[in-house]
Amino acid sequence: MKEQGAPILSPPYGVPSPFEKYVVRKARAATATQTAASTLTPLRDLHGIITPNGLHYERHHGGVPAIDPDQHRLMVHGLVERPLIFTMNDIARFPSESRIYFLECSGNGAWSGLKENATAQDTHGLVSCCEWTGVRLSTVLAEVGVKPQARWILAEGADAAAMSRSLPIAKALDDTLVVYAQNGERLRPEQGYPLRLLVPGYEGNISVKWLRRVKLGEEPFQTREETSKYTDLVPDGSARQFTFVMEAKSVITSPSGGQQLRDKGYYEISGLAWSGRGRVTRVDISTDGGESWSPSHLQEPILPKCLTRFRLPWNWDGAPAQLQSRALDESGYVQPTHKQLADVRGLQSYYHYNGIQAWQIAQDGAVTNVV
Amino acid sequence: MWSDRQVLIAGMAAAFLINATANAAHAQSLGSGHTATPAEIAGWDIDVRADGQGLPPGHGSVREGEKVYVENCAACHGDKGEGKPADRLVGGFGTLASAHPVRTVGSYWPYAATLFDFIRRAMPFTAPQSLSADQIYAVSAYVLYLNKIVPEDTVLDATSLPKVAMPNRNGFTSPDPRPDVP
Repeated sequence: MKEQGAPILSPPYGVPSPFEKYVVRKARAATATQTAASTLTPLRDLHGIITPNGLHYERHHGGVPAIDPDQHRLMVHGLVERPLIFTMNDIARFPSESRIYFLECSGNGAWSGLKENATAQDTHGLVSCCEWTGVRLSTVLAEVGVKPQARWILAEGADAAAMSRSLPIAKALDDTLVVYAQNGERLRPEQGYPLRLLVPGYEGNISVKWLRRVKLGEEPFQTREETSKYTDLVPDGSARQFTFVMEAKSVITSPSGGQQLRDKGYYEISGLAWSGRGRVTRVDISTDGGESWSPSHLQEPILPKCLTRFRLPWNWDGAPAQLQSRALDESGYVQPTHKQLADVRGLQSYYHYNGIQAWQIAQDGAVTNVV
Repeated sequence: MWSDRQVLIAGMAAAFLINATANAAHAQSLGSGHTATPAEIAGWDIDVRADGQGLPPGHGSVREGEKVYVENCAACHGDKGEGKPADRLVGGFGTLASAHPVRTVGSYWPYAATLFDFIRRAMPFTAPQSLSADQIYAVSAYVLYLNKIVPEDTVLDATSLPKVAMPNRNGFTSPDPRPDVP
């Protein structure tokens, strides 16, 4: 450049280069309303393990409320010694901690129906990963004094859906956080500003956003979101309830659906793996449609309940190839195939699909979703 | 004047005292927050449990519920709960084990009290938390009537609503059986 560039503070809050304008979220599907809907993270265009705040996937049931943090309150009551109301200032004064966790909607992925032109955003875009800062829910619960007969909590949001879910007390007292910041700044409105629950490794819906109330009780509250929705129908017509954990899963983001390999030769296969049960221990890659597998290199840090970046050098010989990835976690779990899952759960569970994803590379280098 | 070393030692001692105090306080209480009064709790405590705990006074009939439904629900859930654009509310009996399961209040929901809880907190979609308790009892009765779960002369209240026998009451299993794939 032989002239001065743009001055400082243009703008005061920096935004991506205009050349990156296509790296955006997109609606998951056409829905009856734009407030009970979801958007997908553009996984193919992201690097490392952190999702930028403006690209974190969204799932709302009654739109994004505009909440003044000075007006916001969290009430904790029910089976407690001292029911309390906390301001945001009260919350900020608690001992804090920062943890990097993935968050994934249990509807991420599809048991059937995705087309050949699906991208990684379409197939896996309901997962994101941020550094979350807040206070342990156990610290807040110590403040109110949990009565011994309390077995479950109800978490409720301040949105128009008053989103509500029941969570077992053991998880509430374990690693569950009440968070007010993500990736170094206060939560984005669509992520629950000013306060949300963050339940590591569990289906995203239970990390209730715009958290205004926590109630302790003896049993689950059986809200609509844990009976009518977020339950998994199996072939005998019964439905599994309280299937919280997001099981191990992975997706190759490069090369992936919609991309085009231009020449034969060296490529780096790269992608993301995660498990709600802990750390990813291995990710195997196949370039021949699952016939043979090679372990990939896992990029540190490898954190529990966090996205892990994997990579494998690859020489494309110009022939058709099918790429797959298979995640293993520290519980010994091996990511299953679509067939293994469907044999047990059928195709009507809707939630918790974590089958192996396959991308087909054609002779001309076009990459498509294997249906 | 203190030496650097003296200042350091004094600082370490002070830090130890602060830490000890913080840890001791943490084990008990940080003194954060203010007491939620019974009136404040009553104003926020909108949930209704499956067994009916939390249901308010009031009552509503199928007939009254039809009026509430037509005015507040039919535009999204259809004239008789057939759905579109929003969820179907009626029918689907006997489909849950088929290749095309239809999950409705009648065929799928295990607890009638959940109807009251959900309608009160989240419906009507464009004006949540606007219906009276009587209206919610009434429209719950109407939706159950459309599903042929209660007769036309039904009046529901805090005692009778949780006792409504839902067809899929025993259709749910927990705990989580996963990992379930060999």
